[in-house]
Amino acid sequence: MATITLTISALPAHVRTARLMAATVARRAGIAASAIDEIRLAVGEACSRAVAAHKVHCPAQPILLQLIDGSSPDTVPVSLPDAAGLVPHTDGTGAQRFEVIVSDRAPAQDTVESVGPAEPLLEGLFLDGEDTPPGGISGFSPGLGLAVITGLADEVKIDPSDRGTIVRMSWPLMSQPSHDPSAN
Amino acid sequence: MDLKLDHYTEGDTEIVVVEGEIDVYTAPRLRELLIDLVNKGNFHLVVNMEKVEFLDSTGLGVLVGGLKRVRAHDGTLDLVCTQERILKIFRITGLTKVFGIHNTVQEAIDKRSAK
Repeated sequence: MATITLTISALPAHVRTARLMAATVARRAGIAASAIDEIRLAVGEACSRAVAAHKVHCPAQPILLQLIDGSSPDTVPVSLPDAAGLVPHTDGTGAQRFEVIVSDRAPAQDTVESVGPAEPLLEGLFLDGEDTPPGGISGFSPGLGLAVITGLADEVKIDPSDRGTIVRMSWPLMSQPSHDPSAN
Repeated sequence: MDLKLDHYTEGDTEIVVVEGEIDVYTAPRLRELLIDLVNKGNFHLVVNMEKVEFLDSTGLGVLVGGLKRVRAHDGTLDLVCTQERILKIFRITGLTKVFGIHNTVQEAIDKRSAK
């Protein structure tokens, strides 16, 4: 499996970079065109959630994004400096799937999040104006972001811990990966 | 591309034209514009999203925030959007039931006037 790893500072401006890279790698991996928009949006939501959590708890710490092309024959293991021991390892289920892992280092127990139907989220969870917590990002609702991820990704696994949250999302790959050189 | 914002008046309605990407980085600018328009007494807003290329939950939060503000003055906030990829996020979150979503600016104005 080929893995591309991106580390971003916890700044909203870098979320777009993460989105663009995810869409580019997904396209190259052979993801169906109809799913590229879903991947772009889901990765953006996961990174926005991580950036919002870091802004409150650990703004100097980076956020890790891993893009794993399960179809690629590349088997060179990626070795990463991992001072916090946070780099998640794939569980072997990534074969023939495109997997995205977003790892943050903000303690999960302090982050009130929920995944569920949008209706209950409408009351109070939309942060706006004076509702925004100190250091928070106006307009961002973690619960809504996770609800969107759950609605978009083919498979989702969210592992919160006191050392950070790992959001794993994956989509099936088509049988014939695209090798169109213009697919950038 | 980055976010471009414009607005103009049509009768008693303020039309907000949004172009580009609404995400965690750019959404605060849209939020500031909506707050500014409401503070200046514009309580009937139509947000034209036909040129929006990307919208995430932060953008949705800002639109809901704008809706809350105009409703506090018995106002309205309607959307113009026909792009399937943008409409999808409204469907996933159930917000199609919260916003009036129209095909054209004129349709949005006409439907509100008819109420």
